[in-house]
Amino acid sequence: MENPIQTDFIRWIVFLPLLGAIVNGLLGAKIQKKFGKSVIGWVACIPVIVAFVLSVNAFLTLKGLEPEKRFIIDNLYRWIDLGSLKVDMAFLVDPLSSVMILIVTGIGGLIHIYATGYMHDDKAFWRFFAYLNLFTAAMLTLVLGDSLLLLFVGWEGVGLCSYALIGFWYHDHANARAGNKAFIVNRVGDFGFVLGMFLLFWSLDAQGHGSLTFREMVKWAPSIANMSLWGYSVVTLAAFFLFVGATGKSAQIPLFVWLPDAMAGPTPVSALIHAATMVTAGVYMTARMNVFFSMAPGVMQLIAFIGVATALVAASIALTQNDIKKVLAYSTVSQLGYMFIGVGVGGYAAAVFHLMTHAFFKACLFLGAGSVIHAMHHEQDMRKMGGLKQWMPITFATFFVSVLAIAGFPPFAGFFSKDEILWLAFTSDHGNKVVWFLALCGAGMTAFYMFRQLFMTFYGKCRADHHTQEHLHESPSVMTMPLVVLAIGAVFAGLIGLPGVLGGSQFAHWLEPVIHAHAEGHGSHALEWGLMAVSVSVAAFGVFIAYLMYLRGSLSPDTFVNLAGGLPYRLFDRKWYFDEIYQAIFVNGTLMLARFWSAFDAYIVDGIVNGVAALTRFAAWLNGLFDTYIIDGLVNAVADVTYWAGNRFRRLQTGNINGYLYGIIIAMAVAVYVKIRYWT
Amino acid sequence: MQPSELSSYLIIGAILFALGLFTVLTRRNAISVLMGVELILNSANINYVAFSHFGSGNSAGQIYAIFVIMLAAAEAAVGLAIVLAIFKLFHTIDVEAAETMKD
Repeated sequence: MENPIQTDFIRWIVFLPLLGAIVNGLLGAKIQKKFGKSVIGWVACIPVIVAFVLSVNAFLTLKGLEPEKRFIIDNLYRWIDLGSLKVDMAFLVDPLSSVMILIVTGIGGLIHIYATGYMHDDKAFWRFFAYLNLFTAAMLTLVLGDSLLLLFVGWEGVGLCSYALIGFWYHDHANARAGNKAFIVNRVGDFGFVLGMFLLFWSLDAQGHGSLTFREMVKWAPSIANMSLWGYSVVTLAAFFLFVGATGKSAQIPLFVWLPDAMAGPTPVSALIHAATMVTAGVYMTARMNVFFSMAPGVMQLIAFIGVATALVAASIALTQNDIKKVLAYSTVSQLGYMFIGVGVGGYAAAVFHLMTHAFFKACLFLGAGSVIHAMHHEQDMRKMGGLKQWMPITFATFFVSVLAIAGFPPFAGFFSKDEILWLAFTSDHGNKVVWFLALCGAGMTAFYMFRQLFMTFYGKCRADHHTQEHLHESPSVMTMPLVVLAIGAVFAGLIGLPGVLGGSQFAHWLEPVIHAHAEGHGSHALEWGLMAVSVSVAAFGVFIAYLMYLRGSLSPDTFVNLAGGLPYRLFDRKWYFDEIYQAIFVNGTLMLARFWSAFDAYIVDGIVNGVAALTRFAAWLNGLFDTYIIDGLVNAVADVTYWAGNRFRRLQTGNINGYLYGIIIAMAVAVYVKIRYWT
Repeated sequence: MQPSELSSYLIIGAILFALGLFTVLTRRNAISVLMGVELILNSANINYVAFSHFGSGNSAGQIYAIFVIMLAAAEAAVGLAIVLAIFKLFHTIDVEAAETMKD
């Protein structure tokens, strides 16, 4: 790695949205009153669009360089200089972050435009866009930061904005609670992240290479390979803790419970933050730190299993949900699980690839759902929808395309990315047949619940009430245009990451300078074709079941509801009782602990404090007595003795001069006598 | 007895001192007390001059005698002023009358 090229335009990718946030945040209320909502919209959208143009510029600049020199840095100033800890406020564009900024500014820009339509009737229009811009700035800091610490700044920033946007309609108490839940659950993960960061810096510093800059850390990673702490390898511990951070932000078991609740926020927020960008931060971070993860094979195995467990659990819950956004939320959790399977089997590039395609089709699905919700007057229950395709053709078409993409049908984007992960799970050195099989089952479930959603929403008879049906309408073009663009992405984005038999992935090739530890799949072409056929047929099977149940109606869903005494259904419908278990163990446990400490405080601590106070009062009382009788007595005694002596000696002062003279003469005579008698 | 012997001067000085002391101790009139003090001072002067003449061989003693005369003049001035002040207050110059500090 040579010295990177210095530029000074990258900072504006971050600063422009930040500027938009500041303007809308501080002056938004006035602007909205004076100039109307469209000005707010422009102030919010233009910075993101310009940032997108700058991102494209950065990408093209990178593309013009040799693959090994693809690093552009924009160093603002030295931020922290504390002993061996030196952190620059610097933004780094390399192949990985270039992909991320294109996603964040590109899809983010589309969602901004969409939101100007979706949020048009909201009174706090300006506040929404201030948050949204702030989020974009934070997310860009996250992906552009050239050090782990700057990444963490963005990491916390997106968490904050996520909290603010989930609770955007804070008049409803449930929304505020959902925001709190997201924030608190994320704090648990952040704790792991911070520990991982400390461990890495501490161990690198112990080897004399203390740094938090990615390039330095990657360079010196081998030097800490043999360090251990409490009997564990430092790298394993650090990778584990970083992964704990990723489970919080990217909604993996055990910390995924906040994401479904986060759907309380406005739908564009769900699309931008809780599908396309923020929740993928964990995947980005693991890909960024891939060198350390690949030095800890045990942690990678754990990641793969957590990923596949999340993918399956979330998919199973999604099977039974009736809220149009909840289905998508669990689907997001499930897809994030696939990304972590990719990470776990060493396919970092595959994970990032799935991240990118997922950003397209999931944002499109969420915005499509938002369009439906908009048309249905904020009705989210799919049981009250149906047959919407005749009223909303554009929404339907884009939604359909995205469903095909997420279900994994070629040649749509999701097929290539998901298939690469499955392929690596089957064949790479870190791969595992069990993981592959479970992930395949998850893919079948994905196809089922997505088509179930499609059929329930857009096909059949409309089950909405008469009033709603009369007002059904296609959304304005400001909302459908982003849908179309995203749908095009959902169709074609996969083509840059073709599987090996079709020419190999350009995407993986592009990431090569950053992903040092990407695993290769080993297998014949026949195997590759075979696996593709298997996954497509599994998906097709899922679609077929959904078709029978929800379109033809020849197979009743009740057959499955009552299966095995209805136990699986209840389990799925109640979300595997995760919330109840967490409530019982963690929330109530915390409350119990709090009550215990409160009692401890009230009785023991306060008792000690009061006891000390009483003791002090007693000592003060004693001291007072001592003061009154001993000290004052002594002082008075001195005074009395002096007074008494003075009274006695007063008699000597007769005022009789002769008397004094006699005294003088007698004293002198005595003195002379003594002098002569004794000292001569 | 030779008139030029040191002891005869000292005897005169001692007699003069004794007279002065007697005056100071016995008189109740403040003026008389001051006069006694003058006698004592002059007895000292006689001793100075005598020792100077017979003893040391230099004239330092005689110089001191002149200082003492000057001091006696100053003392008489201050003393008479005090006597005047006492007279103004008590309408007498009896030294035993001024004994109000006793109480």
